[in-house]
Amino acid sequence: MSWRNCLSVGLAALAMLIAPARAADMPAAATAPERLLVWHAYRAAEERALLQLLAQFNASQSRYRAEALALPYDVYASKLTAAIPSGHGPDLFLFSQERVAVWARAGLLAPLDADGAELAAGFPAASLEALRSAGHLYGLPLSLKCDALYYNRALISTPPSTSDELEREARRLTLASEGRYGLAYEANDFFHHAAWLHGYGGGVFIEPGHRAQLDSSAAVSALEFVRRLALEDQVIPEEPSGTLVAQLFNAGHAAMVINGPWFAGEVQGIDYGIAPLPRITSTGLLAAPLLTVEAALVSARSPVQDGARALARYLVSTEGAAVRARVGRQVVATRSAYALADIGSDPLLSVFREAAEHAVPMDNTPAMLPVWEPEKRALVAALTGAASPKDALAQAQRRLLATTRAAPPSRSPWPYLAAAALLLLGGLAVARRRAPQSNARVQYIARELWRAAAYCAPAATSILVLVLVPFAVGLGLSFFHHDSGHYTFVGLANFIDILASRDYRISEPMSFWFTLAVTLLWTAVNVALHVSIGLGLALLLRDPLLRFKGIYRVLLIIPWAIPNYITALVWKGMFHRQYGAISALFTALHLQPISWFTSFSTAFAANVITNTWLGFPFMMVVALGALQSIPQDLYEAAEVDGASRWAQFRHITLPLLKPALLPAIILGAVWTFNMFNIVYLVSGGEPGGSTDILVSEAYRWAFQRNEQFGFAAAYSTLIFLFLLGWSALSRRLAREPSAGAA
Amino acid sequence: MSAREKNASQWGAHLVLIPICALTLYPVLWVIGLALTPGEAHLRAGLWPLPAHASLEHVGALLSSRDAAGQLIFVRQLFNSLVVASATTAIGVALSVTAAYALSRFSFPGRQLGMSTLLATQMFPATMMSVPLYAILDRLHLLDSLAGLTIVYATTAIPFSVWMLKGYFDTIPRDLEEAALLDGATQGQIFLKVVLPLARPALAVTALFSFMTAWNEFVLAATFIDGQSRFTLPVALQRLVGEYHTEWGQFAAGALLVSAPVMLVFFALQKHLVGGLTAGGVKG
Repeated sequence: MSWRNCLSVGLAALAMLIAPARAADMPAAATAPERLLVWHAYRAAEERALLQLLAQFNASQSRYRAEALALPYDVYASKLTAAIPSGHGPDLFLFSQERVAVWARAGLLAPLDADGAELAAGFPAASLEALRSAGHLYGLPLSLKCDALYYNRALISTPPSTSDELEREARRLTLASEGRYGLAYEANDFFHHAAWLHGYGGGVFIEPGHRAQLDSSAAVSALEFVRRLALEDQVIPEEPSGTLVAQLFNAGHAAMVINGPWFAGEVQGIDYGIAPLPRITSTGLLAAPLLTVEAALVSARSPVQDGARALARYLVSTEGAAVRARVGRQVVATRSAYALADIGSDPLLSVFREAAEHAVPMDNTPAMLPVWEPEKRALVAALTGAASPKDALAQAQRRLLATTRAAPPSRSPWPYLAAAALLLLGGLAVARRRAPQSNARVQYIARELWRAAAYCAPAATSILVLVLVPFAVGLGLSFFHHDSGHYTFVGLANFIDILASRDYRISEPMSFWFTLAVTLLWTAVNVALHVSIGLGLALLLRDPLLRFKGIYRVLLIIPWAIPNYITALVWKGMFHRQYGAISALFTALHLQPISWFTSFSTAFAANVITNTWLGFPFMMVVALGALQSIPQDLYEAAEVDGASRWAQFRHITLPLLKPALLPAIILGAVWTFNMFNIVYLVSGGEPGGSTDILVSEAYRWAFQRNEQFGFAAAYSTLIFLFLLGWSALSRRLAREPSAGAA
Repeated sequence: MSAREKNASQWGAHLVLIPICALTLYPVLWVIGLALTPGEAHLRAGLWPLPAHASLEHVGALLSSRDAAGQLIFVRQLFNSLVVASATTAIGVALSVTAAYALSRFSFPGRQLGMSTLLATQMFPATMMSVPLYAILDRLHLLDSLAGLTIVYATTAIPFSVWMLKGYFDTIPRDLEEAALLDGATQGQIFLKVVLPLARPALAVTALFSFMTAWNEFVLAATFIDGQSRFTLPVALQRLVGEYHTEWGQFAAGALLVSAPVMLVFFALQKHLVGGLTAGGVKG
């Protein structure tokens, strides 16, 4: 492809980029309706219902024009948090009650008290309560989501009404050798487990608004009940994931499933019934599931709040609820919708509506957010037999206490600023002193500098603005404590807390030092494997006489080409003890399949295997390129001198590869050190958080443990300082040759 | 090496390469299996991932998916991805090549610091960067535009590219440039006509890396872009992962479709990657 072709294609692409991005979205005339931006993460039927309602809303009035933006669920919450404060967010958005208190406190939500007072009678009281914070109502309830019991009518004629009946029926229908289970549900997920907790008389909070209590006696009893089901009766499949549960039910191998209304859309070809969850025999209480209320929330920064509120009211009106129920199959919160014949008698909607009446609304305060992770660890530990329920929950409570650490005392920033200024001045003074230059030398340096700057300027500018500034912000953030959008300066408190491992022993996974050791091991093993495999393959593929090497190269690069989200999850599926391909391979070889994620060494190995599969193509490509820098004549000369292939490798290839390959190895090591995706998706840190590396710990601190951004930033800064120190040290030890030594 | 030894080593190479290729491709077969299995994902315990009755329904559903305005989403977002990734490659390579040359050939104060800074930028975990980056792009009025996204991606690709290219430039002897200087070439001509052609393999790696950086990135694209018609392909794919349910069939089909252009780019760059340097008078 010639130079000119490239240039013209490039210019055309550039023109396309610079072309007005929003031209298509701008309204034409001055009297055009005001735009209402609606954000959501709906898919399929729910999205269709929403779009239909927005079209009807637009048709029924001409003052506002609603437009929807569909977002991936994974980034939805963080995008809202970034966009609303800067004025680029939506006017109306649909979200569950999970973050209402946090967002209200951060000033992101507009109170809807007037609408709430007017419409109160039209919704179940619990659904409105779930959307209140500090006495104000912040959303109008759209739909209710809680668990119920799905059962296969071919296997069960009447659903169980007590836990003893449930256990009996499940045992009757379980045949583990054939992969048939009486009760398949995501037992590791606290959302589904909460029903049992409530059935045994327990709750997450002793008192609302206080810290959660995870190790109450009711919690222990509930966990013992499930442990019995899983380990003694063996009616629950191992490592249950949402996908596995759906697959088992659809194959007729699961007699009962505990799941929410969304599950109905996944069932294919099974005659099934739905019933509310049973009563716990020993307490007589209903196993009341957690209730999630999905609501329409109005942004406090919206310039068209009246329009947003009008739209919200339309969505929860009888007409709006009817469409959502019929088309979107939502269990709508609007009472009047159930007066309509088809909705009132719909088997799915009416059962879930009844279940929602007895469900416990999920707490919307920040105290609820850090509960999920310790509970999940406790459930996994108890259900795999790694710990007794009592110990697992005690550990969970300790973990919760450690992660919901009290805010460090706020400090004045001035002493720190003064110290930083002094350091800077001192650094400048040392730099000036170090180089007394003659006039001619200064001129020479200036000229060289000017020339270099011309070459480096564009790259340097973009890096300065887009990398170094956020980096400086991140660095600065580590001196603050974050709480619902408010930042307080706390000096070095975050660093001290991390390094001193105050609330847990050094050898525990939550400690910085433990995670650091795991991360170092992770990096060393991975880099060694990537480089040896990549370089080995490159050497094999370099032989000019080898046939099909083009095909080999293209095939071997596939792991790098496919998005690693799906391949990481495919690998995780392959490691499943019962249904995974690796277990099938073990069985075919007459070996005992292993449970990969219950011990540190095997979970770590699973992560390493997946990461190596994903990472060797990159090293192979780099090595292929690097090998080209070694002239062939050297090999020919060595052959004439009678050197063996191994001697050629050691004395020609290796030393000459260094300048071209070393950068990739160093950078590869840094990237592996910060490789978040694989660890998070494959082992998820199991068992007990031990396979988490520093960067996934930082992520958890930021997004799963009460949004402790300052703490997470301090963690990240420590990661950075460590890597910086290590690279300086290794450079000194290796005594890197200076440029031009070829 | 005798002819027989050469033959034996060839067979040896194939013996090693074929099993490795098989191992490499096995997980991909599972992805293909997910894409070709009609309906919801089926339980498939055992070793063979492909379904008995393959169906292209997921591929069809994905390609024909339309947005509220009736436009074909997948096609539009594929186009956006192509534009962004190509521009990222062009800009990333252009910026890196000049900077790497300067860092390799010129000596000036701050050179070592520059290299260390580039390395250091890779060390700070990216999970914390998206919020400050959002604010910066906002100030620069680059939010919700493909241009802004391209600039961010190109900047992200620069540190590795500069390091890689500088290392490669270091292996090219200066005598060539000095000879060209004596022949009356300008600095620019030396750079374009002497050094760059010799660095083709490293340029190919850099181009491929920049392309990949932009092509598969999803978090920043979803955070900075506010219009469905401007989303890139990874965002469209991630939309298939819902809160409670993932459309595995379409996601797998999408993942395979998304890998195809990368393979094409690699195929096109292959000959530069391993293209021989002309023998003889190139290296002293």
